[in-house]
Amino acid sequence: MSCGSGNSDKPCSCAGNSVATTTAASEPDPTRRAMIATGIAAVASILTGCDKKTFDEFTQHNFRELGKAEINDIIARLEAEYSADYGKPVHVGTEPAMQGVVFGYALDLSRCVGCRRCVHACVKENNQSRDPEIQWIKVLQMDKEEGVSLQHADPYYTPKEVPEEGHFYMPVQCQQCRNPPCVKACPVGATWQEPDGITVIDYNWCIGCRYCMAACPYGARHFNWGEPNLPKDEMNPDTHYLGNRPRRKGVVEKCTFCVQRTRKGQYPACLEVCPTGSRKFGNLMDPKSEIRYVLENKRVFLFKEDLNTKPKFFYFYGV
Amino acid sequence: MPAPRRVLLSRIGRLLRTAALLVAGTALGWAQFPAHPGTPDEIQVAPPPLTEGIFPCSGCHDGKAQKPNPIRREMKDMHTDIELRHGPETRWCTDCHDLIDRDKLRLANGDKLDFKVSYQLCGQCHGDKYRDWRVGVHGKRTGSWNGAKQYLLCVSCHNPHSPRFAALAPMPPPVRPETIQRRKGGAR
Repeated sequence: MSCGSGNSDKPCSCAGNSVATTTAASEPDPTRRAMIATGIAAVASILTGCDKKTFDEFTQHNFRELGKAEINDIIARLEAEYSADYGKPVHVGTEPAMQGVVFGYALDLSRCVGCRRCVHACVKENNQSRDPEIQWIKVLQMDKEEGVSLQHADPYYTPKEVPEEGHFYMPVQCQQCRNPPCVKACPVGATWQEPDGITVIDYNWCIGCRYCMAACPYGARHFNWGEPNLPKDEMNPDTHYLGNRPRRKGVVEKCTFCVQRTRKGQYPACLEVCPTGSRKFGNLMDPKSEIRYVLENKRVFLFKEDLNTKPKFFYFYGV
Repeated sequence: MPAPRRVLLSRIGRLLRTAALLVAGTALGWAQFPAHPGTPDEIQVAPPPLTEGIFPCSGCHDGKAQKPNPIRREMKDMHTDIELRHGPETRWCTDCHDLIDRDKLRLANGDKLDFKVSYQLCGQCHGDKYRDWRVGVHGKRTGSWNGAKQYLLCVSCHNPHSPRFAALAPMPPPVRPETIQRRKGGAR
């Protein structure tokens, strides 16, 4: 076969191309755009030395813009990656918010004894970095004489036994604001409020600028300064894309009311471990829920209410 | 509708309702607990935390070898480990434990009560706590926020003889940021 260019004794350089064109034309649906994308991908992978997985990760869109098929691909990729990394089958869920559910949390300040069981149950459940350990809950020891005053709060208390005389304890975690300053601050839309009121982060879309951390008045957001050293045997394989799946260095993370548990009807891990029963959780839209009982019958206050963040995390006095 | 027919229909309705409740209660395994007016159906309490080897109390308190003695006194032979710090000084064992039938508790009106439903006894004085406990606001609740829940008994967390919540050792505090920087060779 000859195209008429060059010498006839040499094989024609465009022969391969004509074959390729013929093959492409015989395939069911090869669009021009897909071919260009594949070409660019091939060139980019040669130039950068990246494999397909890295390239897919790089070109992944914001979670909210993804279609079902794309989500399935991403979940399959992540599950394979995590399963290989942690040496056990890892499930990455994408359960959406339940209809007619807005989550609320209430914490009884008159009962909390400051034992920090919740802090460590949270770390265990949510696959936080272990070295240095990231903790999503901070328990503040406060003076009874001063009341709720951050000037008299100490998160580093270490007595032999709690509660200590003259003190009370106030665990602080993400307040799941209805008017979240962190969401407003994010320049890339990597964090948003879900229909059930949980503010979540797409860790693959987060650029690590930490504007959200500066905006949060509760110190509820935490940054992975280093690679999260999460031991294989301590990794919780039951995860959610927007919740406790393993994070990497350079992204922000926060409490999600244990989205991987609560969207399946379970209570958050911090609630289940609390020995005093200070923590109450439920659906704010359900008039029969315990959370509504608390709001309707107890003395309730919002932390830093003056900032108009409108938290869905309530503190109350059960006595 | 003639009056006798209406009465008959309402009786049938009541019967059907009772039967349905009984079936539901048995299916869910709550039949062993006597119903209490106002108790939500979902209450499923953990077994009472009785000390190993002490129950049934009638093993010793049989009314023959061990005659019932209602007099308030210092315990010397048995139950020396019990420190009674519950309410006023005048409180005594038989205020809550039945004098004759030691395997039962005793309400203020003299009714006997099973250990499994001791919350009714506590609720006599601590009505506000009992009310909150029944709706799931006082005390720990596990299970599902939109489904079946499990309660603990009052005595699962509060020792009935000395009910103040026992002090606990706290778990480790967070690492101070300055410590992390030092370990990594200072701020970068």
